[in-house]
Amino acid sequence: MAIVERHKQELERSAAPRDRAPSVIEFRGVSKNYGPTNGGLETASFSIQRGEFVFLVGSTGSGKSTLMKLLIKEIEPTAGTIRVAGRDLSEITRKKVPYYRRNIGIVFQDFKLLPDRTVYDNVAYALQVTGSSRKEIRAKVPDILRLTGLATKLHSFPDQLSGGEQQRVAVARAFVNHPPLLLADEPTGNLDPETSVGIMQLLYRINRTGTTVLVATHDATMVDRMRRRVLELHQGRLVRDELDAQYARADMNTAEFGALLREPSPEPKRGPQADRQRERDAAREARDEFDDIFPTDERP
Amino acid sequence: MKPAFFIKEAMRSISRNAIPSFAAMASVLVTVLVLGVFIPVVQATTGAANEVRGRVLVDVYLKKDATQTDIARVQALLRDKVAHVGKVAFVSKAQAYAQEKKRNPEAYQLLGANPLPDTFRVTPDTPDNVLKLRDALAPAGVAGGRTPVDASIEQVKNRKDETTKILTATRVVKLAMGGLAILLIVASVLLISNTIRLSLFSRRREVEVMKLVGATDSFIRWPFVIEGVVLGALGGVAAVALLGVGKIALLDPLSADFALIAAPQTIGFGLLAVVLLVASVGVSAAGSSISLRKFLRV
Repeated sequence: MAIVERHKQELERSAAPRDRAPSVIEFRGVSKNYGPTNGGLETASFSIQRGEFVFLVGSTGSGKSTLMKLLIKEIEPTAGTIRVAGRDLSEITRKKVPYYRRNIGIVFQDFKLLPDRTVYDNVAYALQVTGSSRKEIRAKVPDILRLTGLATKLHSFPDQLSGGEQQRVAVARAFVNHPPLLLADEPTGNLDPETSVGIMQLLYRINRTGTTVLVATHDATMVDRMRRRVLELHQGRLVRDELDAQYARADMNTAEFGALLREPSPEPKRGPQADRQRERDAAREARDEFDDIFPTDERP
Repeated sequence: MKPAFFIKEAMRSISRNAIPSFAAMASVLVTVLVLGVFIPVVQATTGAANEVRGRVLVDVYLKKDATQTDIARVQALLRDKVAHVGKVAFVSKAQAYAQEKKRNPEAYQLLGANPLPDTFRVTPDTPDNVLKLRDALAPAGVAGGRTPVDASIEQVKNRKDETTKILTATRVVKLAMGGLAILLIVASVLLISNTIRLSLFSRRREVEVMKLVGATDSFIRWPFVIEGVVLGALGGVAAVALLGVGKIALLDPLSADFALIAAPQTIGFGLLAVVLLVASVGVSAAGSSISLRKFLRV
């Protein structure tokens, strides 16, 4: 995998000048309020080191997307400081934001591909934006598409591809500039489980080249299986950050990684009591929901 | 940065969004066409109105016994001392008699002698000043009557009814035309910018994605502006071509018969074409870049 080697070298070269590289992401007491009563994120503090693969979990509205938007400086925090690669985001002026974003690969749940461009052009656009020469583009794009398994779809349009393939294009586009940080907001939210495994393997492969990967998801089984660092948000608060949990080996290859994802879920380390309680809760919730839709007296 | 790339992007987006592009082009075409017809029409109408206003004048009748020196004195007075004087034409008794006799030979046959006085026909510097001119020549006296400024002037007359009628009528025409022109220009700008806005609105997702990939504002904006310029130019050229065809096919055969159409004050076709082209290109380019601003704030 030539491109992986090359990317590794590239990353090491860029990291070399600073011996003790700062955390890739550092949140210090970051809050974001959308209104006086409408909190997005409350005093979140954590840091992510270079080369980590981190999951960000939480239900809808827990602040995952807010955190992602803060990271790409789409919105500004109401309090606290965010540092990315040692750089305070509040110091980046509006004009410099595009240049900052070129150092971050972003993958979304809804792919966000340009519908009127082919797969090739979609990926090439990320390079054209940075002012790459045509020669460079012609060298890099087929390479990255081969890495993501899309070598045969170069000239298809997004609407001719399956969801999984579209997400692969999005990942390819996010990674073509070899960003040191890759953010994925619910990358498997629209995909079936098997395709999701493929996307996760792809992200893992990217992570193995040294890129820091932060994945927001609500797919709990996936997270449980992967056994990586997990940040959990609940109503805007950071409620879990398993820094020292039993993580999987960091050096497993992609195939092993895929097998890990497909094997039956390892029983989460929860007490049996808690488990039964959880089942009861789930059952009651389902019943309540059913009652809401079909009130009891009208049920056949 | 890279003009070739931007132009290629603009062309690609025109061909991929053929229908909105066509709509934008068509709205430019229609408004330019209407403007192209309207500008000469306004000019011809105001030209005609001005020509009618040019006929407004003040008659200064001298006394019957005015001598040659009196005439010279009054002429000097009119030329040098009185304000708002435009042109002064002298019609002697004999000339006036000849003119009137020609117009109404039987009546003057009966008269025998020449009853007409020497007359100065004074045109004001601008038609609106005609009443001031009259006041200057014959200030209203305390008793209500008017006393001419010179002893040898019998009467100062300003064909009152006719004058006020002409002034009001032409003013109404001018104001109406001006109002219509402003309305039309406002409507054109709104129509074009709205069409552009619509076609951009359907692509705001695209803009959003571009921003997320790290495109700078100018990198996103240039293709859109070029697209606006191209569509505006296409619409403008088509409209000018249609105007040219219309002028040759419809107007030129008629202008031989109708003085209004042949009025010399209307704008030349070449100049009109240039003005319309510049306006259409300018409005569409400005329209796309201004409309894009909203979507660029991601």
